[in-house]
Amino acid sequence: MNVVLKGGRIVDPSQGMDAVSDILIEKGKISRIERDITPSKADSKNTLRVIDLQGMIVSPGLVDMHVHLREPGFEYKETIRTGSEAAVAGGFTSIACMANTNPVNDNRSVTEFILKQARLAATANVFPVAALSRGQAGETLTEFGDLKSAGAVAFSDDGNPVTDSGLMRHALEYACSLDMPVLSHCEDRGLSSSGLMHEGFISTELGLPGIPAVAEDIMVLRDIALARFTGTRVHIAHVSTAGAVQAVREAKAAGVHVTAETAPHYFTLTDEALRGFSTNCKMYPPLRGAEDVEAVKEGLSDGTIDAIASDHAPHSSVEKDVEFAYAANGIIGLETSLALSLKLVRDGILTLPQLIEKMSTNPAHILKIPKGSLTPGCDADITLIDIHKAWTVDAGTFRSKGLNCPFDGWNLIGKAIMAIVGGEVRYTDTGAAV
Amino acid sequence: MKLSSKDMLGIRDLPREEIDLILDTAASFKEISERTIKKVPTLRGKTVITLFFEASTRTRTSFEIAAKRLSADTINISASTSSVVKGETLIDTARNLESMNPDIIVIRHSAAGAAQILAGLLKQSIINAGDGAHEHPTQALLDMLTIREKKGRIEGLTVAIVGDIAHSRVARSNIYGLIKMGANVVICGPAMMIPRGIERMGVTVCCSMRDAIRNADVVMMLRMQLERQEKNLFPSLREYAQQFSLNRDNIRLAKDDVIVMHPGPVNRGVEIAPDIADGPSSVILEQVANGVAVRMALLYLLSGGTK
Repeated sequence: MNVVLKGGRIVDPSQGMDAVSDILIEKGKISRIERDITPSKADSKNTLRVIDLQGMIVSPGLVDMHVHLREPGFEYKETIRTGSEAAVAGGFTSIACMANTNPVNDNRSVTEFILKQARLAATANVFPVAALSRGQAGETLTEFGDLKSAGAVAFSDDGNPVTDSGLMRHALEYACSLDMPVLSHCEDRGLSSSGLMHEGFISTELGLPGIPAVAEDIMVLRDIALARFTGTRVHIAHVSTAGAVQAVREAKAAGVHVTAETAPHYFTLTDEALRGFSTNCKMYPPLRGAEDVEAVKEGLSDGTIDAIASDHAPHSSVEKDVEFAYAANGIIGLETSLALSLKLVRDGILTLPQLIEKMSTNPAHILKIPKGSLTPGCDADITLIDIHKAWTVDAGTFRSKGLNCPFDGWNLIGKAIMAIVGGEVRYTDTGAAV
Repeated sequence: MKLSSKDMLGIRDLPREEIDLILDTAASFKEISERTIKKVPTLRGKTVITLFFEASTRTRTSFEIAAKRLSADTINISASTSSVVKGETLIDTARNLESMNPDIIVIRHSAAGAAQILAGLLKQSIINAGDGAHEHPTQALLDMLTIREKKGRIEGLTVAIVGDIAHSRVARSNIYGLIKMGANVVICGPAMMIPRGIERMGVTVCCSMRDAIRNADVVMMLRMQLERQEKNLFPSLREYAQQFSLNRDNIRLAKDDVIVMHPGPVNRGVEIAPDIADGPSSVILEQVANGVAVRMALLYLLSGGTK
């Protein structure tokens, strides 16, 4: 069925568009964007659906370039199906899933399995990120070429830093020659290994071993130095420190091909949230100090940080309802990411087009996937957003299997009311008047 | 006056008046331990469980004696004999104990925040007997009782705490308590064992042992917690003893009537010279005696007792 989206405010940074207009979707593609697209006589209710979107935002489908779907291996935490359902419920029509599954996604068969499960789920577009090293052990490169042809879109040992600088250099060089991005989890384990939270006054009071900000800064600086030396591209995952923001800012000014993402929790929460030892505030990198949070916001505002990604990391109560020291790292994010990020717009840190750029156009561009645009001819992946809708987070109602959400019970403003993937409506918010 | 919380998790959130209440109550209970028949019926019919996930002799025994002198029934559970070795979670263990309806659970655990998990989950009173490097409130209370006895006051005294501050729950609880009671607290130790931002707790940080103990009224030495430290933290115990040991030579810098404290167990010849540990300034064994009194006071007050 074809669809007309009528009267919404279309915000598409990929073509510099911010205007009230209509969109015609035909055969799963964006066909036309014009004011007043009216159904012709040939169209009937069975062949054309008209959706009235007055007051709503029409965005290119949001792209979350950093999620953990846990399948294969940890299906009790999340599956590709439940993760995809969480994605569209959060407004994400495309997600890139990290390789730290069991078995690790370090070979063609795992990549193909992920793509097959995603096809069967038929919900969001799933783009596998393959491991950079075999078993994510940081020793031997995976078969980049074969993984690319199997459908992987990037390489990363996310969850583990690439400690061996020589291996990282080779990964950057080889990936660049294949026009594939490398996503780097920046952590100097010598500095962070025993740590459980950000090192600062709060960790001192709580008696928890600290993870110093410099553990992240050092690896960001190393990766920038390697990218500069080899003339390649590197993408810094989940930036959380003022030092990392500054390093990326300076590298960009010097012409180094570096991009960076941060996650909503790094501009929403500080290490103060750890008082009370809530394991739902335990993740890597850890929640940082107030000055880091300010620096991350500045980095988003001045363009240093290109993308917002949730680092959606579902865990079950088995991993989280335990002593803080024993709890697994990570929080879920797909279903709260948009609302938490929309606050940046209300606070004047980003304009709405800038936000959509960071949650759709830019991540698609970094991953080199044909998404993040409403240009005619593109796949009709569209997120419809009510930026004024007030709602209360109830993790128990989430599509994700994970309950590990530090924002449970928060009152948020702004929500995806519909997600369209390839012209098909994959999610409609209950109670939305569309 | 009564305690405002059902639990004793730490000193940080304990009001000064409640510290006074506990210390006054403890002082009045000391005499029981000196009787021929060392038992009063105050807590008859109450059940106290000590749940120790970390090795301890002094603290566990102290709690047990305190409970027994008040006629409570005590059950001691240690990690080696518990279902923890069979893989049961802390929360399941706690819920099972709750079902047997004890009145007070005393917990020691290597993970910071463990006592707080129980406190939030169970209706029983929880006493934190040490959680990781976070807090050890009864140790701080017995230390404050000892200082008050020996010096007649805490306010205005200069207390030097020397050693591995980063890994010490005793240091944290004492810093909170002593500052609340008006003492000047100087902390000292190897630079890598001084945790970041600790000045914000209101202490003065001193890198030199000699500067730290100069004119101190109280010197509190801490044990090197080798079991909690990551590797490569400090060159050697020999180096440590040379730089941070309290000995005949440097103790002269403190006030003439200085008292020397140590939460135990003492590593003789490492952080403290044997003749100082056994010398006239040492109140180490009085600390242990006061530990029983403070724990009796706490068990009594948490059971609804008033003064």
